[in-house]
Amino acid sequence: MKNFLAGIPEQVKRLSVLLVILVIVFIVVRSTLIPNDFGKIGHYRASAVQNIANNELHYAGQEVCVDCHDDIVAVKTKGYHKNLSCEVCHGPSIKHTEAPDEFKPQIQRNRSFCPTCHEYLPSRPTGFPQIVSASHNPRKICVSCHNPHNPVPPVTPKGCEACHAEIVATKSLSFHSEIPCTKCHVANEKHKLSPRDNLPTKPTTREFCGQCHAEDANSPKDIPRINMATHEPRYVCWQCHYPHLPEAQ
Amino acid sequence: MEKKINEAEKKLERRNFLKKLAVISVAPIAFGFLGSGEKLMGLKKWALNNGYVPKDHKWGMGIDINKCIGCGRCADACKNENNVPREPFFFRTWVERYRIYDDGEVLVDSPNGSIDGFEVLSTKKKMERSFFVPKICNHCDNPPCVQVCPVGATFKSEDGVVLVDSDYCIGCRYCIQACPYGARFLHPVTRTAEKCTFCYQRITKDKLPVCVEVCPTQARVFGELNKKASPLVRFLRMNKIGILKPSLNTEPKVFYANLDMEVK
Amino acid sequence: MEELVQHLTPILKEITGYIFPNEVELHWGILIVLYPYLTGLVAGAFILASLVKVFNVKELQPTYRIAMLTALAFLIVAPLPLLGHLGHPEKSYEIFLTPNTTSAMAMFGFVYAWYLMAVLLLEIWFDYRRDIILWASKEKGIKKWIHKIVSLFSKDISEKAIRFDKKSVKIVTIIGIPSAFLLHGYVGFIFGSIKANPWWSSVLMPIVFLFSAIVSGIALVLIIYMVVTPLRSKPIQMDCLDKLASYLFYVMIIDFSLEALDFIHRIYESEESIKILSELVSGKLFVSLVVIQLLMGMLIPLASIAATKIFKAPSELKKMVYFIAAILVEIGIFTTRWNIVIGGQLFSKSLRGLTVYKMTFFGLEGFLAAIGILILPFIILFILMRLLPPWEEARNP
Repeated sequence: MKNFLAGIPEQVKRLSVLLVILVIVFIVVRSTLIPNDFGKIGHYRASAVQNIANNELHYAGQEVCVDCHDDIVAVKTKGYHKNLSCEVCHGPSIKHTEAPDEFKPQIQRNRSFCPTCHEYLPSRPTGFPQIVSASHNPRKICVSCHNPHNPVPPVTPKGCEACHAEIVATKSLSFHSEIPCTKCHVANEKHKLSPRDNLPTKPTTREFCGQCHAEDANSPKDIPRINMATHEPRYVCWQCHYPHLPEAQ
Repeated sequence: MEKKINEAEKKLERRNFLKKLAVISVAPIAFGFLGSGEKLMGLKKWALNNGYVPKDHKWGMGIDINKCIGCGRCADACKNENNVPREPFFFRTWVERYRIYDDGEVLVDSPNGSIDGFEVLSTKKKMERSFFVPKICNHCDNPPCVQVCPVGATFKSEDGVVLVDSDYCIGCRYCIQACPYGARFLHPVTRTAEKCTFCYQRITKDKLPVCVEVCPTQARVFGELNKKASPLVRFLRMNKIGILKPSLNTEPKVFYANLDMEVK
Repeated sequence: MEELVQHLTPILKEITGYIFPNEVELHWGILIVLYPYLTGLVAGAFILASLVKVFNVKELQPTYRIAMLTALAFLIVAPLPLLGHLGHPEKSYEIFLTPNTTSAMAMFGFVYAWYLMAVLLLEIWFDYRRDIILWASKEKGIKKWIHKIVSLFSKDISEKAIRFDKKSVKIVTIIGIPSAFLLHGYVGFIFGSIKANPWWSSVLMPIVFLFSAIVSGIALVLIIYMVVTPLRSKPIQMDCLDKLASYLFYVMIIDFSLEALDFIHRIYESEESIKILSELVSGKLFVSLVVIQLLMGMLIPLASIAATKIFKAPSELKKMVYFIAAILVEIGIFTTRWNIVIGGQLFSKSLRGLTVYKMTFFGLEGFLAAIGILILPFIILFILMRLLPPWEEARNP
C-alpha cells in the first residue's frame, strides 16, 4: 500500500487534494442552496405553482353578479347580450363583491365605448350588428336609445343596409345596384327581430337568373344575354358570378 | 378544511373525488406510520392549499376565428387581471387583424395589441378576405421554452399549463428566443420572463381565464381536454381544427377553428 | 416604468411589416454578440496551441505558451457578457444548482467548467510547473508566494517528475482538442437548436461556429505575437509567422466553404422563411454581412495571403500583409457573430416584418460595457504574461 502511494507522482497528489476540496465545496454549497421543494413534482419548485395560484384576482366572474343583481341578469339573459359577461362593460369588480359600497364598478356612458364592438369594420364577421358611428346619431349617447342590458334596436331596421352594410356597399358599385334586395331574397319580417331563426331565402336555380339574362328573357335590351342551354350548363350561376358584384372576375 | 373539500367536491367528478378522499383520509395514517407520508402523497396526488389537484386536469383553449370581432376586450382584461404593464410592448394575449387583397398582398396589424381597437383603412384594392385572430401562449405539450430554460424556472405544470417561477427566473431570455409564437416577454420591472398562465389564479378556483370570461362573442372556449363533457372537447368535435406552426411539433393546446393559411 | 420602456417607443416607428407586439424589445444585444466571439477566441487559440504538442509543429513553438495564456485570459472573461445581460445576475448560480438537462445553456455551464478546470488550467499547470518552482526558489516577496501557491507548494523537479509533466501535457492536450471543439460547438448549438428561429436553426451552425472560432483564434495569436515580440525587442521568427498565416489561410478556406454551403443550402431549400431572410440580407444586414463579413473579413484576407505566397513577397511586406489580414479577420469574425445574434432577432417570427436594434451607449448592456469587456482580456493577459512569462528565455532562470 505504501509502495503504491509512493508510486503516485507528487504533483498528482497535490492536484487530487485540490480536486477533492473543490468537489466537497461544490456538493456542500449545492445541497444547502437548492430549494427543498425543487424536484418534488418535476424539474421546478413545487411552491411556485402555489405562488402563481395565489395571485390576486381582479375579475369576479359573472356567476357572482347574479347573487345580488338577479333582476338585471334576468333581463340580460333574454336579450342579445345574454352571453356578455357583466365585467366586459363594468370593468374588473372583484373588490365590489367584497365591499359593495366602497367600490363601485364603472358604468360606461361614453359614446366611444359601444363602438369598440359595434363600429363597422370590414374584418368583422358578417351579420354582427355594426354601425358607422360618424353618421349614426352622432350627438346622442348610445344608452339614450339602447338599453345595454337588452339592446334591441329602438326602431326595427327599415332596410337591409343596417346590418348588411358591406354587401349593400358592394352592390351599390355594381350593375345590380338598382335591383332591390327583395328581388332575390324573400325576408320574413321576423328576420329583423330574430335574424338567425328566420333566414331569408336565396335563389336556388339557374332559371332564376335566366329571367333577365336568358336570350329570350323579357328584359331591357342592354342586359347581357347568354344561351341557357350551352353556357356552362352544369353549374349554377353564382358559382362563377358574384351576384352582388357580377362584373368582378 | 371542510369547506375547502366541499369546494373541490363540486369540481371533481365523482370517481376522482372518491380517490382523492381516500388519499386524504389515508394520508395522515400513512404519515404517522411511515414518517414519509408527505412524500408518498406528493408523488401520487400533489394538491394546492385549496384542494386543487393539478394532475386531475388538462387544460386547453379553443378559438373560433369566425366569431372574433376584434374588440380587444380580452387583451385589455388580461392586462387588468394579471398586472401586465400597460405599455404596448408587453402582452400575454393580443388580437391580430389580417387583410388579404386580391393581388395577394397580406396586411397584418395589431395596434397596441388591439386594446384601442382597429382603424378602418380604405385602399382602392379589393379585399379578398379579412378576419381577426386572437393570439395567446399555446401552452404547448412539447414546449420549446421549457426545453431551453437553463434552471427550471419555466415548466409545464401537471395540468398542462406552462408557468414561470418568477422568483427563480434568472432573466436569461433564452425562453423568449425559443418561443415560436412571440408569447413571452421580459417584465421591465421584475426583469424576469412572463407569459400567459391561463389565469392560473382563476382556473384553480373554478373560474374561467379572464379573456374567455369577457369575450363578448364566445370566440374563446376554455376547458378540460380529457373530460368528455367539457366545452372544449365539444368545440373540437364540432369544428375543423387548426393549430399554429404545426411543422415545429410543439403540440399546442390552443386550437383554432376556421384558421386561415396566412396565420403564422 | 416610464423610463424603463422609453427606449422602446422610437422603435415602433421603424418597424416594417408586422412583428408580434412582444418582439419590439430585442432581447439579446451586443453582450451576447461578444460572448460567442470571446469563447471562439478561446477555442481557436487553444486548438492552435494543441497543434504544437500533438502534431509536433516545431515552427509554432514560440506561440505555444502565448496561445495558452491567451486562451485562459479570454476564457476568464467569456462568462462576463453572459452574466451582464441576465435580468438577475445574482441568481446565476442556479444554473449549477438545478441545471435543466434539456437546456443547451445549462449544459454549457458544465462544458465551460470542464474546459477551464480539467483542460486549460491543468495543461498550463503541468507545462509551467517546473518553471514556477524554479522561479519561486529565486524570487522574493509577493511574487514568490504567488508562484508557490500556484505551484500548490510542489517541489519535485526530478527528471522523473518532469517527464511525467510532459506526458501529462500531451494527454491533457489530446483530451483538450475534443473539449475545445465541444466548447465552441456547444455555443453554436445554443443558437442552432432554436427551431423557432429559421436564421439560427441549422445543423451546420456548431460546425460553422467552430471553424470561424479557429480562424479568429489563430488570427488573434498572430496579432499578439507580432505586437508583443517587437515590444520585447526580440526578432519575429519568420518561419513561425509563415506557418501561422498558412494555417489561418487553410482554416479560412474551410470556414468559407462551410458558410457558402449553408448559404446555398438555404437558398436551394427555399423554405417558408426565405422571403423575409432575403429581405434581411439584402437590406438591414447587407453592410455587415456582405461588405464586412464576406468581403473585408474573408475574401480580402484570403486573397492577400494567397498573393504573398504566389509572388514570394519579401519579409517586411509579408509581415504587414499578415498583420492587416489578421486584423480584418478579427473584424470579420466579430461581424459574423453580430450577423448571427442580432440578425436572428431583426425579423419577426411571424415572418412578416423587420425591426431594428438600437444599441445603448451607457448601461450594463451598452456600447461602453462591451468595449470594457473586450479590453479586459488583454489586461488579464498582460498580468498573466508578467506572472507566467511565456518566452523561451524565461524558462532557464
